[in-house]
Amino acid sequence: MPSVIPPAPTLDDQFFWDAIAEGRLVFQRCTACGVVRHPPAPMCGECHSVEWDTQESSGHGHVYTWIVSHHPTKPDAEPRVVVLVELDEGIRFVSNLLGVDTSSINEGSVQNGMEVMLSIEDVDGVVLPQFRPVDAGDS
Amino acid sequence: MMALSRDTAIVGIGQTEFSKHSGRSELQLAGEAVAAAVADAGLTPADIDGAVTFAIDVNDELAVMRCAGIPSLRFTARTRGGGGGACATVQLASAAVASGAADAVVVYRAFNERSGRRFGQPISENNKSRVAPPGWNWYLPFGLDTPAKVYALWYQRYMHKYGITNVDFGLYPVVARKHAATNPNAFYYQQPLTLEEHQQSRWIVEPILRKLDCCQESDGGVALVVTSMDRARDLPHDPVRVAAASQAHLRDGDEMFGYYRGDLAGYEEGAFLGEQLYEATGLAADDIDVVMIYENFTPIVFIQLEAFGFCGPGGATDFIAGGNIEVGGKLPVNPNGGLLGEAYIHGMNNILEGVRQVRGTAANQVDGAEHVLVSAGRSGLVLLP
Repeated sequence: MPSVIPPAPTLDDQFFWDAIAEGRLVFQRCTACGVVRHPPAPMCGECHSVEWDTQESSGHGHVYTWIVSHHPTKPDAEPRVVVLVELDEGIRFVSNLLGVDTSSINEGSVQNGMEVMLSIEDVDGVVLPQFRPVDAGDS
Repeated sequence: MMALSRDTAIVGIGQTEFSKHSGRSELQLAGEAVAAAVADAGLTPADIDGAVTFAIDVNDELAVMRCAGIPSLRFTARTRGGGGGACATVQLASAAVASGAADAVVVYRAFNERSGRRFGQPISENNKSRVAPPGWNWYLPFGLDTPAKVYALWYQRYMHKYGITNVDFGLYPVVARKHAATNPNAFYYQQPLTLEEHQQSRWIVEPILRKLDCCQESDGGVALVVTSMDRARDLPHDPVRVAAASQAHLRDGDEMFGYYRGDLAGYEEGAFLGEQLYEATGLAADDIDVVMIYENFTPIVFIQLEAFGFCGPGGATDFIAGGNIEVGGKLPVNPNGGLLGEAYIHGMNNILEGVRQVRGTAANQVDGAEHVLVSAGRSGLVLLP
C-alpha cells in the first residue's frame, strides 16, 4: 500500500472531496455559460460568473500521459502509476492507474491511449478517485 | 512589444563558489555575491538603489543591505515562482532603470539548496505537515510529490509522440558534462560523462528520467548589476545590453509545465517567449550564437530547442546528436555546463554565463558570441554587446 498524502480542501474545492467521499467524481460547471472547469476556481474565466453547480463525470476516458512513481526515499516501497486521464467530457485529470503490472512497464503494461474507467477507492486511508484498465476481464 | 530594456545593461556579475555544502548562511552567500557584483561593476554600494530577487529567496532586502553596506534603496521587487522566473529578475531590474525608478539595481539569489532545504525531495518531507500545500490537491495525493515526477508526467507525452527514449535524453547530459569538464567554475570540473554511465544511473521516474537527467542540488550565491546604457559606458567592463527581457505565462499553465491545455508534446509558453524575444530584437533563430537554457531536467532542453525554432518539432534528438549544441558546433547550448554540469543556482548562474559569453571571458568561450539567448522557460533575455 503506498503512503498517501491527504488533500487539504479549501473553500474552492471542498465540494470536490465531499463528492468523492460519496463515491462520485464531479467537476465544476458555470451555471451562467455552462463551461465545465478543472481544477476548480471560484470564478468562471469565460464569463466571470461566480455561480456554479457540478456535473458528474462519466468516469470513462483514456490515458494521455503516465509515469511510474517510485517513492524517492523508500526505493522498496510499492510504486504507483500516475496517469493524466483524458475523460470523455474533455477534462484532463491527474490520478493513478490500478491493476497494472509495474514490473512489465517495458513490455507495455501501461500505454498512452489505454481505455480506463473510474474506480473510487480507499488508498492508505484516503478516499481517492482512481482508474482501472477497461478490458475483457475487468469491466 | 516595447523594447524599453534596450537602454539597459548588465555591468557587473559576482558569485560565490558552487558546492554541496557551503558551510555558511544563505545571507552570507547573498552578501558575498552582491559585494562581488558591485565591485565587478566598478561601482560602490552607495551607487546601488534597487534590489531584485525571487519571491521565495529567504534573504530579505534589508538584511542584504546591511551586509553589503548599501546605504539606501528606492526600489525592490521580486519574481513569482521558481527557476522559471530567473530571467524575470533582469526584466524587473531593467524596467526599473528604464522607468527611472532606480539607477542601479542589484539582482541576487542565494541558497543552500543541497545542505539546507532540497527542492528535489518529496514535498511531504519538506513540509512535515503531511497535507498538500495550496494548489497541490490535484497532484500530491496521487503521488506527484517531487519536481521530477511533476515534470516527467509532461515530458512523457513528448517521448510518446516522437518515439524518444531515455537513451536519446542522455545525449544532453553528456554534452553538459563535457562543457563542465573544462569550466573550473563548474562543480563537475574535469569530470566528463559517457552515455553508458548515464544509462547506468538509477531511475528517478521510470521510464523518463534517470538520476543524471536531473539538475544538481547546489549551495551558492550569484548576483548581477543592471544600470542604464548611458552609465554603463563609463564603467570598466564593456556593457552587456539587455536587448530583450520578457516573461511568458499562458492561461491554465502551472509553474513551468501545464497539464490541462493543448498538445503536451510541445511547449506553448516557450514558443510565446521566443516570439517575444525575436520580435523585440529583430533577430531570428539563425542569428543566435549561444543559448543558455534552464534545464531542471534534460527533456526541457529538447522541448525548448524546438519551441525557439532552432530545430523542428521532434527534431532535437538529431540536432543534439549532430554535435550542434557543443562548443564549436552551430549553436552551443550552456557552455558552462548548465544546471546539470556547473551548478543549480536556480538558473541565475546561466545568466552570468550569458554575460561572460558576450564579454568574451567565458571558460569555454564561443568564438564571435554576440547574440546570446537566455531562457528560463517562463522568462527570457537576449543579451548583446
